[in-house]
Amino acid sequence: MKIHIKQGRVIDPKHNIDMVTDLYIAAGKIAAIGEAPDTFNANQVIDARGLVVCPGLVDVSARLREPGNEYKATLESEMLAAVAGGITSLACPPDTDPVLDEPGLVEMLKHRAKQLHLSHVYPLGALTRQLAGKQLTEMSELTEAGCVGFAQADKAIIDTQVLWRAMQYAATFGYTVWLRPEEPFLAAGGVAHDGEISARLGLKGIPVAAETLALSTILHIARETGAKVHLCRLSSAEAVDMVREAKQKGLQISCDVSINHLHLTEHDIAYFDSNCHLRPPLRSQRDRDGLRQGLADGTIDLACSDHTPMDDDAKLTPFGESEAGATGLELLLPLILKWAAEMKLPLSTALERITSAPAKSLGISHGQLAVGAVADICIFDPEQYWKVEASNLLSQGKNTPFDGLELAGKVRYSLVSGQIAYSAS
Amino acid sequence: MHNPQLTKDGKLKHLLSTEGLPRAILNQILDTAESFVGVAEREVKKVPLLRGKTVCNIFFENSTRTRTTFEIAAKRLSADVINLNVSTSSQSKGETILDTVDNLTAMHADMFVVRHAESGAAHFIARHVAPHIHVINAGDGRHAHPTQGLLDVFTIRRYKPDMHNLRVALVGDVLHSRVARSEIHALTTLGVPEVRVIAPKTLLPKDVDKLGVQVYHDMNAGLKDVDVVMMLRLQNERMTGALLPSAQEYFKCYGLTPEKLALARPDAIVMHPGPMNRGVEIDSAVADGKQSVILPQVTYGIAVRMAVMSILAGNPE
Repeated sequence: MKIHIKQGRVIDPKHNIDMVTDLYIAAGKIAAIGEAPDTFNANQVIDARGLVVCPGLVDVSARLREPGNEYKATLESEMLAAVAGGITSLACPPDTDPVLDEPGLVEMLKHRAKQLHLSHVYPLGALTRQLAGKQLTEMSELTEAGCVGFAQADKAIIDTQVLWRAMQYAATFGYTVWLRPEEPFLAAGGVAHDGEISARLGLKGIPVAAETLALSTILHIARETGAKVHLCRLSSAEAVDMVREAKQKGLQISCDVSINHLHLTEHDIAYFDSNCHLRPPLRSQRDRDGLRQGLADGTIDLACSDHTPMDDDAKLTPFGESEAGATGLELLLPLILKWAAEMKLPLSTALERITSAPAKSLGISHGQLAVGAVADICIFDPEQYWKVEASNLLSQGKNTPFDGLELAGKVRYSLVSGQIAYSAS
Repeated sequence: MHNPQLTKDGKLKHLLSTEGLPRAILNQILDTAESFVGVAEREVKKVPLLRGKTVCNIFFENSTRTRTTFEIAAKRLSADVINLNVSTSSQSKGETILDTVDNLTAMHADMFVVRHAESGAAHFIARHVAPHIHVINAGDGRHAHPTQGLLDVFTIRRYKPDMHNLRVALVGDVLHSRVARSEIHALTTLGVPEVRVIAPKTLLPKDVDKLGVQVYHDMNAGLKDVDVVMMLRLQNERMTGALLPSAQEYFKCYGLTPEKLALARPDAIVMHPGPMNRGVEIDSAVADGKQSVILPQVTYGIAVRMAVMSILAGNPE
């Protein structure tokens, strides 16, 4: 299959490319940019005038719900949602049922995903067995099976000795440890930011200190062990400041923020909107501003969807009893564009945060448009406005706090390994 | 954002919280309650305002006192009353809140009085009931207990009619208290210039000052010159965690004794939403003393609940 993408605005943040030109794809790879290779006979020509042509997006946190939670979502439904959102590579956390702590489970997931011929799936393996925080997993075996890093999802390791050993062991082999900083005792039972809104609504709060205390512990152990650490889902301005300082001191860490926390605050909970029940909780406006600034200045390396699809019943309960999380695959691109527009940042900066930066944290080669690279491409209309309607999302999870919001940026085509995986009708 | 308690033309549709209600509606409830106070003293203790209507008390969390006062209020308005203790029936069989609500709707109930252990439960139910049904929050988690807040304010107004010239102190476990939140919003909306909360830091929510109150940790300073002392119930389970060391120490620091009460204005009234823990948050000499209005609170509770029910019934969607 040879594809000629004609006269699009080609943006490749990794190689500082931003110009209107042609892109040629052959044998699943990018064959040329600008001039057609000799004897190139396109099977298909995509007219990309007025559209942006960029690397397929890379999302570092998408729950696909398989195995074990197929009633919430399936691999098929979520991978279709991913390509509809322009995401061509995604990493999934290990909090499935059973937990991704054995090579066989990882191989099975990789195999199932591969058969769908949609996005590339890169599992994060469990750092400890059952995510129980007691015993290490077979990290080397899991890496051979296809894991690109090791995570605890939303389960904190309570025993600091175990956390230390896990990071030490991972550092032995150069594996990246993915941790969301949250001190479990301070966060226990909490469902909202410990602040004005939780005081008003009588919701149990999670203080910022739950994040910063755990972050401080992780940073110390990272320094001592030399472990490569990726910090997941920062939620507070103070945490951003701590990461900024740690990076200035030369610590090798990266971190991310979810699209939800870039745009929402505790005030969006309004009258107990359970779609705004998220983990970590939505915090104050000051915190949101700190996150937005942190992503702009590069302290926060990248943004992710933190895609957490669920069945309707999971949100059809009072706020505190509802499950935490939001669907997000189809909103990653427009919400990053919205952030960049509001921060007055160039398009290439916005795209860097969801293409080459996440690819770098995952240690994968996607997220770029170099000649010879795998042809994972997202083609979107940056000017097209569309209204988020939960019921129209392809994800099986309709749980979004952005329902009804008008957003700019609509994906027209997604190409995975040179094949058209999605095209808007 | 539209306040889910109000109809499109600004009338009371549900009573979920005292927060966000306009002063006019609060006054309407209090004035209407005033007209019901006399009903209990009549030979025939009934008015026909809710005749033919069915009021459903749905209690996902047990409470005899509150349920009884709602039941009396509904019956004095001539409504039919159904009591449902869901905590002991369907919830344990896996039925969801919405299943329960839908079933009762199918039985043609007109008004739901709901209590639930989770903050926001009443809002959740109000969002999902059929349009003709009115929901009254009888307590949701730590969030709100608006009829209790209103009856407390009603009691204050009866003894201290000039709301614009009052100092009110709430003492005790504000963190876990839905009553405290409902009182604070009602008092500030009605123009009470100074509302104080007095408690150790472990029993106050973070940012409680954003609710418009002044924070005191020293009870002697907090009680100085107040007109109303509102004691909050301290549940025994608060003693078992790390919130407080012991009932004895709590009483020593925050229990209301005649000596501490003497710091308030000489004509100050003492209130308690009940049930009281004598010797933990309040000394019997104060609870039964001449400044106590704790029993009138209970009496007025019925009038206030009658007022709320009759106003809701008069505001169809």
